[in-house]
Amino acid sequence: MQIVKEALAGTLESSDLMVKVAPSSDGTLDVVINSEVMRQFGAQIEKVVRETLVRLGVVEGLVVVEDKGALDCAIRARLQTAVMRGADCRDLDWSILS
Amino acid sequence: MTLRRSMLFLPGSNAAMLSTAFVYKPDSIMFDLEDAVSLREKDAARLLVFHALGLPVYKDIETVVRINPLSTPFGLKDLEAAVRGGADIIRLPKTDSPEDVHQLETEVERIEVQCGRPQGSTKLMAAIESASGVINALAIATSSPRMIGIALAGFDYVMDMQTERGDGTELFYARCAVLHAARAAGIDAFDVVFSDVNDEAGFLKEVELIKRLGFNGKSLINPRQIELLHNAYAPTEEEVDYARRVVAAARAAEQQGLGVIALNGKMIDAPIVNHARRVLDRAQASGTRK
Repeated sequence: MQIVKEALAGTLESSDLMVKVAPSSDGTLDVVINSEVMRQFGAQIEKVVRETLVRLGVVEGLVVVEDKGALDCAIRARLQTAVMRGADCRDLDWSILS
Repeated sequence: MTLRRSMLFLPGSNAAMLSTAFVYKPDSIMFDLEDAVSLREKDAARLLVFHALGLPVYKDIETVVRINPLSTPFGLKDLEAAVRGGADIIRLPKTDSPEDVHQLETEVERIEVQCGRPQGSTKLMAAIESASGVINALAIATSSPRMIGIALAGFDYVMDMQTERGDGTELFYARCAVLHAARAAGIDAFDVVFSDVNDEAGFLKEVELIKRLGFNGKSLINPRQIELLHNAYAPTEEEVDYARRVVAAARAAEQQGLGVIALNGKMIDAPIVNHARRVLDRAQASGTRK
């Protein structure tokens, strides 16, 4: 999936996260993660984010995650929503979302 | 015995509530993709609910997803998310006719095949929200073997009837019609939400009414109402004691080969024995009233 425009998903409420995606200016994939629980769960959050991006076929773009202590399921959902919005994708391929 | 006293509504777009609502222990949790979700968040809510359904904490609680009507651009996408996510029950809003359920059933069957879910494992319930729906309640209730219940939705119904919520008189016919349809079909019946969460006395008065009418339970919009509802539905110690004696008398009569059951000189017939067994089941599941 190619990110063609800036897009947002999620909130900054507790137990949620805000994801911002934007097209890449130089063909690279840059992932920035900020979390209130970075010290305890930073590695797990990054793992979920990276795995989700791979499944979505995102190989370039800027992805910024502001985590407020969300569960993995919320991280996947918000990231998928932001990417799909940024990719202008309206038809879901359920096989890559599970 | 599947208790369906409380069906707690959760906005499908609220990540925090979706992650924590199980702690309130309602009988069923209903993830709402319809009225509680704004148009611009429909896509986000659909994915949140899809992933939340997979949480281990929801394996031991009945999950319901209220989809948007299939006539909207969102309905079919919601259904894909709910069935593929593993929802136990799909709640169809604004059900006016059995054809609405047939259309839903066809799509559910297709999705189950596509995602490898066991055929028939997705159950259905219909929300009745109009005069047409009330008139067609029996046909709706008997429209599919997947149907587990029908619910009356008060707000839209009173709007359709050109009236407003009051002391319950405005809902009396609809409640009775929906309930009779459910009982004739052998499925569950759910009453409307009580929206003033600060009015506990009013809530309990309405619960007492719908319990006496025979409803299995209510749709709820606030976790604070769960314990009140469960306690009101729990049998009293006296009811449990009487039910025990009825069941014991029935057992004794059966062992003695007697066709007639008597307790304290009064004849007890089969419906009373069956009711007594339901009281004991409910007491076992929920304890006695505090």
